[in-house]
Amino acid sequence: MSALTPTPGQTIGPFFHFALPFELDREIVARQSPEAVRLHGYVRDGEGNGLQDAMIEIRQADSSGHVPEVSGSMRRDGATFTGWGRSSTDPTGHYWFSTLDPGPTTAGSAPFIAVTVFARGLLNRLFTRIYLPDPGEDAFLASLDESERESMIAVREADGSLRFDITLQGPEQSVFLTFPRHAE
Amino acid sequence: MDGQDLVSKEIEDIHASAPPGETQPRLDFAPYRSSLLRHPTKDLRHADPEGAELVAPVFGHNDVDVLEADLTIQAGGEPIGERMTVRGRLLDGDGRPVRGQLMEIWQANAAGRYIHKRDQHPAPIDPNFTGVGRCITGDDGSYLFTTIKPGPYPWRNHRNAWRPAHIHFSLFGTDFTQRMITQMYFPGDPLFALDPIYQSITDPAARARLVADYNHDESEHEWSLGYHWDIVLTGSHRTPMEAEELA
Repeated sequence: MSALTPTPGQTIGPFFHFALPFELDREIVARQSPEAVRLHGYVRDGEGNGLQDAMIEIRQADSSGHVPEVSGSMRRDGATFTGWGRSSTDPTGHYWFSTLDPGPTTAGSAPFIAVTVFARGLLNRLFTRIYLPDPGEDAFLASLDESERESMIAVREADGSLRFDITLQGPEQSVFLTFPRHAE
Repeated sequence: MDGQDLVSKEIEDIHASAPPGETQPRLDFAPYRSSLLRHPTKDLRHADPEGAELVAPVFGHNDVDVLEADLTIQAGGEPIGERMTVRGRLLDGDGRPVRGQLMEIWQANAAGRYIHKRDQHPAPIDPNFTGVGRCITGDDGSYLFTTIKPGPYPWRNHRNAWRPAHIHFSLFGTDFTQRMITQMYFPGDPLFALDPIYQSITDPAARARLVADYNHDESEHEWSLGYHWDIVLTGSHRTPMEAEELA
């Protein structure tokens, strides 16, 4: 089959909050579950201001490295791990999820959580990855310079939470990804 | 506040120096003032997709009720405005239908007003219209929403700035790398040339991919006007054999 030209993206705009959030959207694992891990951080612009109108989605494997392909993310039953969640930011730019540490999916690669970022003022989505602390050997991380590598690794906080900030612009900018079949 | 003339001149200058054939919006597009501090200044990094990036989330009819595809029946009474349908197919970059996948839409009402606390422009709320819809695509990638044609609305990018009427679409493919959000526009809108969000796509043929067709065969006698819009995601990274197994 011949390749088609993809439809262009556009910004999510300022008015998505009445449409895209849903109940338990960010609770991939019930918060009261003993295995729940809180993943959280701030989304910031080029001047360090938190974005009150950003939306983050994550996609990940379970702790054994299996990526689930099961429905039920929008009406969660409290038991099924679907491996996908959505969190809009609060007025300070803060997002959070209740999830699990992902296991490794690929031999020789470090486990990570896949991320997409949407925001008013951002004309197309951005992709990044959240690696777990102490990632070990990984070809992609090895291809980055030290400050870029560090910026892709979450910080484990004293209570076990993972902290990961996303900065859209400037010297502290996060590493954003493009994949082979993305149009330029 | 800058005027339309200045913003239009900025758009014209960027378009004049853009190479032909850019298929996606520029992230760095100054005529859209909100992008100034929100576009990456470092190049995107090339990565080979791995693990969860190769597997889109899965949704089903346990997630979405079929009635959610009709935005005219959600609030108890008839919404005001031009009743319309929009239908088409969701395809991947190789032309394969994306079947059984979640589509979400949201939009302003016929007067150009969103149900959102930050939309305070003095146009009426329609108590019978929420402007939110969802569906799960069919086996051939098809979708159908019944709604009310949204109105254009003013915004504060520059003086007397108006967004062309549009419906927001949120889309998933078979890979997580195909995730996208976009906006569908209506044919012949006089605001296209003035709108920095639409014009952030520098190539005219690429911009036109966001404009639905009016399709008279899809209009219904004494009932609704039919618009048609097919959507193409980026390519999947699964091998053709894996894709067939999914089919």
